[in-house]
Amino acid sequence: MMSPTAALAAIGRPALALLAAIGRLALFVFDTISHLFRPPFYLKELRDALVSIGYFSLPVVGLTAFFTGGALALQIYSGGARFNAEAVVPQIVAIGMVRELGPVLAGLMIAARVTSSIAAEIATMKVTEQIDALVTLSTNPMKYLTLPRVLAATIAGPILVGVADIIGIFGGYTVATGRLGFNTAAYLQNTVNFIEFTDITSSLVKGAAFGFIAAVMGCYYGMNSGRGAQGVGQATKLSVVAAAVMILAANYMLTGLFFTS
Amino acid sequence: MIKLDNVYKSFGNNHVLRGVDLEIQRGESMVVIGGSGTGKSVTLKSVLGLVTPDSGVITLDGEDVTKAERDAFLARFGMLFQGGALFDSLSIWENVAFRLLRGSLKRPKAEAREIAIEKLRRVGLKPEVADQFPSELSGGMQKRVGLARAIAAEPEIIFFDEPTTGLDPIMSGVINELIREIVVEMGATAMTITHDMTSVRAIADKVAMLHEGVIQWTGAVADMDTCGDPYVEQFIQGRAEGPIEAVR
Repeated sequence: MMSPTAALAAIGRPALALLAAIGRLALFVFDTISHLFRPPFYLKELRDALVSIGYFSLPVVGLTAFFTGGALALQIYSGGARFNAEAVVPQIVAIGMVRELGPVLAGLMIAARVTSSIAAEIATMKVTEQIDALVTLSTNPMKYLTLPRVLAATIAGPILVGVADIIGIFGGYTVATGRLGFNTAAYLQNTVNFIEFTDITSSLVKGAAFGFIAAVMGCYYGMNSGRGAQGVGQATKLSVVAAAVMILAANYMLTGLFFTS
Repeated sequence: MIKLDNVYKSFGNNHVLRGVDLEIQRGESMVVIGGSGTGKSVTLKSVLGLVTPDSGVITLDGEDVTKAERDAFLARFGMLFQGGALFDSLSIWENVAFRLLRGSLKRPKAEAREIAIEKLRRVGLKPEVADQFPSELSGGMQKRVGLARAIAAEPEIIFFDEPTTGLDPIMSGVINELIREIVVEMGATAMTITHDMTSVRAIADKVAMLHEGVIQWTGAVADMDTCGDPYVEQFIQGRAEGPIEAVR
């Protein structure tokens, strides 16, 4: 039978490990943000990261939002028909896309596309001594690699979410007016009338938070990857899982913050 | 002068450095030899601050390297990494001129490119490779680019980490000659780690043998063959029998 001290140790060890991991991540975030206020600033790297993270994520975010908006319109129409509420399709598509699905799906797509690529790239740089080379060339890897990516993702996040919201609503509009017989002008009017300023604000704030989380997790796991191909693979996998879970948790907290009083 | 005084470093239960003492005089080319996993790379990285020793003191011209102003300290160094460590996302000339395009040594872009092309020429590469990317070059060419990058800012001290690993004997000879020529012509202090004895004879003024985390022997390269140290003799003769345990 397990002794009381062994039982306590079995609980204490993972708890301490978890706290240590949270502490390491917090220090990493603090270190990253601190470089925002200390020169030199690598503007070319920021521009490149904005193009790579923002511009090249537009197709996947747009397609995801379009099909989700369309599917949402079909679901609301068939579900609403059970209590004669088919007419609420424009309102529910709008609120669903702007408040929840736009930010969350864009966030998860950023995690899938951007977090994985950042983690794999930085982990490979670590394994091939490119990070050490940066240091010997008097360049701080946090400033040169991490900050531009985190900043770019935080700027691109709200833009991508805004695009996802619009394309998602357009997906619902296309299905509702093309297949479900809604009047085009009335659909748009209902959508515009129903969305409130807070809906848009919350959506964009979520975009910034999710972009920040996605990039931080990619950089953190990349910088702390193990050796060899296995280390790179492990870092990539863990970064995407951690980013996705944290995005969903942050979404819950931000929704609570914006929409409950 | 670089001085390591009683330097210890462990990774968990793996005690890599167990009291390393080593001195490298200004303008001298020191080669540290030793088997794989004996702590050669850790020694070199400790000097640069890429690895923090558990105890002991490393000084450069009498100043503790951990207390030196980081940018000014690193500006004195150039390093050729074992695998080149070229930045995949940058063109060859941008790799070579990396230091000249940012930071305290920043130059205008055109001037940095000119210097990069000149350094590429110095290591035997044509200007045409300047706009290529590292993945388009062979291993030997990547080593040369790494060498060009190491010397681009004309450092006082150059470190070479296994400069000939993975190269064919002819290319190894070319790289060894280049290193020797460049170190002499720049008057730089050099520290090389290798287990390639051809490199040792081509590059070294002095040799230090690292084994089991301590310097077993150090002396002039000319004295290496007759030093009488059993560790050095076994290593340079490549014998399986001797005080250095060989895993079969």
